[in-house]
Amino acid sequence: MSKGPSPRDRLAIAALRGLNRVSRASGRGAGTVIGGRAGLALSPNLLASLARDRTTILVSGTNGKTTTTALVAAGWGGDVVTNDTGSNMPAGHVAALASSRSPRAALEVDEAWLGAVLAQARPRVVVLLNLSRDQLDRASEVRQMAERWRSVLAGGDEHVVVANANDPLVVYAASDAKNVRWCDVPTPWQADARSCPRCTLALEHGEGTWRCSCGFAKPTAITTFLDDGLVIAGARHEMKLVLPGAFNEANAAMAVTALVEVGVNAADALARIGEVEAVAGRFTLRRWNERTVRLLLAKNPAGFDALLSSVEPDNSDVWIAINARDADGHDPSWLYDVPFEKLRGHLVWCLGERRLDLATRLDYAGVEFRVVDDLNELPHEQRAVELIANYTAFSQWLARSVPC
Amino acid sequence: MAREVGAVLTIANLVPDLLGTYGDGGNALVLAQRARARGEEALLVAMAINDPLPDASIYLLGGGEDGPQRLARDVLARGSLAGRVRDGATVVAVCAGLQILGTTFSVEGDDQYAGLGLCDVTTKRGSTRSVGELRVRVGEHLLVGFENHGGRTTLGEGVAPLGRVEHGRGNDGVYDGFRTGNLWATYAHGPVLAQNPWFADAILSSVLGYELEPLDSVADLLYEERSRTIRS
Repeated sequence: MSKGPSPRDRLAIAALRGLNRVSRASGRGAGTVIGGRAGLALSPNLLASLARDRTTILVSGTNGKTTTTALVAAGWGGDVVTNDTGSNMPAGHVAALASSRSPRAALEVDEAWLGAVLAQARPRVVVLLNLSRDQLDRASEVRQMAERWRSVLAGGDEHVVVANANDPLVVYAASDAKNVRWCDVPTPWQADARSCPRCTLALEHGEGTWRCSCGFAKPTAITTFLDDGLVIAGARHEMKLVLPGAFNEANAAMAVTALVEVGVNAADALARIGEVEAVAGRFTLRRWNERTVRLLLAKNPAGFDALLSSVEPDNSDVWIAINARDADGHDPSWLYDVPFEKLRGHLVWCLGERRLDLATRLDYAGVEFRVVDDLNELPHEQRAVELIANYTAFSQWLARSVPC
Repeated sequence: MAREVGAVLTIANLVPDLLGTYGDGGNALVLAQRARARGEEALLVAMAINDPLPDASIYLLGGGEDGPQRLARDVLARGSLAGRVRDGATVVAVCAGLQILGTTFSVEGDDQYAGLGLCDVTTKRGSTRSVGELRVRVGEHLLVGFENHGGRTTLGEGVAPLGRVEHGRGNDGVYDGFRTGNLWATYAHGPVLAQNPWFADAILSSVLGYELEPLDSVADLLYEERSRTIRS
């Protein structure tokens, strides 16, 4: 039998809940980070204490964390506690766990915090989606991140790692882990893994495979796609999603693989995941100024690449909003890693605080653009709008618009 | 090789798989598009890790992480870049690319590595990393951009800095980059040529051998905005 929380932990939990109530009531925030920080200050091991009697699944990676965590929670069914406010560091984790007695937890984890959270939360499953360039002025460089993951995941046999076999950096990160379930899922972005994560020589990419002359190569996957179906450990399942894009098929496949590891029936999980329509406002249709706007979040080249492949510029206006605040990273150089050339032949409306950076990028890509200095300059047509925005620009548009 | 009048302007991105962490590929695109806008025929090529050095008038080197930076140096040392530069080809290097052009550089730890030795420039590891906006005075112009590196670069006798730092660190907190012969280098990484259209045209003009007509574009507005925003 496990012990209940210590007196110190009980005090920390009470302080956390009290502060978060005040924070929410005063309208100053979603009420997670402030209380969570206070709780951790009073009891540094609070996360371990709160996670002790739960079955926990962690989700990390550059892109798809929030969506995949939501899919894990939905696919599990019933009461699942999750940090769905986007606070993906320990303060957000303890705030979420303190708010619920659910024995099941699905937690999104910032890449840089994976080691610390793993040590405290002691999850049953860790899902590693992908690693690519993202906010290089803030986070460490992507190969260093893979190296850090490798060292924290090495050896541990209390958890299972569900890892993307098509991302060489993720494969490297999980290469010394004891129990790995490799997933062969769509991963179009390979620009950060052209040189071998182990020896830096050039990786050879073939049809659905990759390898290096040093012997480092794509591992054999337990989860794979076959003729529109999902195969997990030899069993074939139908997969139909409301969420758009191949990237969401990858997210869903990895969520189901993780759920199978904690005893959930794959077909049941897939049925529940298939009904998810939106995650934290993403992919939702909103109304703004009498126009219907589909809000899409992309924060880095890999995310943008995936969305540019899924928008339909023939049938809708394309608006793109770029900021470069703290949460976005201050350096928008990454715009030159996004293949905006895909939008040639279409008009793009440039929004956000760094709209001139975007417009210059589009100009050099040969894409027609308009710079929107005042939102009243946006056209009043009846066509639907696809609005792709990076993090803080997305938040601004979510606040500015209303549900359909 | 020096370019013949009327010939296709070939612009080569060197090992972008290793040196291209920060959207540096944008610089090659900017040079090609601005040359095309002046009626030149421009060809963009990329040299992958296992490729031989392509024949080009302009070579570009981007930024990269420590391991790939060392590998890029090894890959390029096997080719004939030094010979091409002697024959008149131009090199534009940013960040890690700048360090590789010199005689020695240190990345992680204090181990020293041999550079390509195209100029008398050495880089040691600085005590801190410099991450943020960079503003450099280059004659009548400003060069604006973003730097993210841990190097301290010292220029040898006869190697002129590109300009004087007004905000940020550059080579050493005083000067940024260098300009010597056909080599242009700056710590402003990523699409520095997109943000500084005058700089792209200065390089192009030196390669094409004639004064370029002004080219009005949204890049000018971006340059004005960044020059206003990044204060000295």
